[in-house]
Amino acid sequence: MAQICGAEVDEEGFLVDLKDWNKEICIQMAKDDDVELTEEHWGVIDFLRDYFEEYQIAPAVRVLTKAIAKKMGKDKGNSKYLYSLFPYGPGKQGCRFAGLPKPTGCI
Amino acid sequence: MATTKKFMYLNRRSSFGTVYAIESLEVVLIAAAFEQDVSLAFIDDGVYQIVEGQNTDGIGMKNFSKTFHALGDYDINKLYVSKESLEERGLSESDIMPLVYEDEDDDWAEKSSIKVVSNDELKAIMSEQDVCLSF
Repeated sequence: MAQICGAEVDEEGFLVDLKDWNKEICIQMAKDDDVELTEEHWGVIDFLRDYFEEYQIAPAVRVLTKAIAKKMGKDKGNSKYLYSLFPYGPGKQGCRFAGLPKPTGCI
Repeated sequence: MATTKKFMYLNRRSSFGTVYAIESLEVVLIAAAFEQDVSLAFIDDGVYQIVEGQNTDGIGMKNFSKTFHALGDYDINKLYVSKESLEERGLSESDIMPLVYEDEDDDWAEKSSIKVVSNDELKAIMSEQDVCLSF
C-alpha cells in the first residue's frame, strides 16, 4: 500500500487511519497535487477537521459551502472560492488533505 | 424539473448490535444529494438510535449518534418518533437528542426536527410516502 510520510493511504490517496494525520502529511499531499498551502487553505482544512470532530462525517460539498458561509462569511462560503483553493474539489481534495474520509454523499 | 418523491426511512433496530442503523444513516446522507422529500421514522428499538448521551468508548466503535446532528444541514428535518415505542422502553421525548434545523423561510430560526407521534399517526404519514425503506 502507498505511503505518505510513513502513513498508509488508500488507492485514492485518503489516509487509512485518520489518527495518522499531521501537518507534515497534509503539506506533502498538497505538494504532490502542486498546491501550495496558504492561510486560506488552512482555514478550510481546520474547518473540515472541526466539522468531522463534531459530526463524525466529512460533509457533502453543498453542506460544506453552506456551513462555511455561516461561519466564515459569504465571500468564502461559495463554490468559486473553495474550488480556487482546492481545484480537484473542496470535498474530495480538501477532505483528503484534512485527513478525513471521502465525503459521504460525494457523487 | 424532475418530480420530487417522498422517501421515508424506517429505523427499527438499535445502534450498534447490527450494521442496519449506520447503513441507514449513510444511505440517508447520500440520498440527500438528490434533493428529495426525505423523512425518518424511529420505531421499536430504533428509538435507541437517537437517545441523548451515547458513549461508545467501551465497544470501540464510532459514535455515529453525533452524525444525526448534521441532518438539519442536509435539509432533513422530519424525524418521526413512535410514542408507543418510547413508552414501551420507559423513555420520553426528554431522553432524545435535541436535533434541530434552521428554517430558511423563517429567517433561519432554529426549530426541532423531532416529532413524537402515535403509531396511528405514523401509519397515516407512511401511507402518504412514495417509497418506504426499512432498516
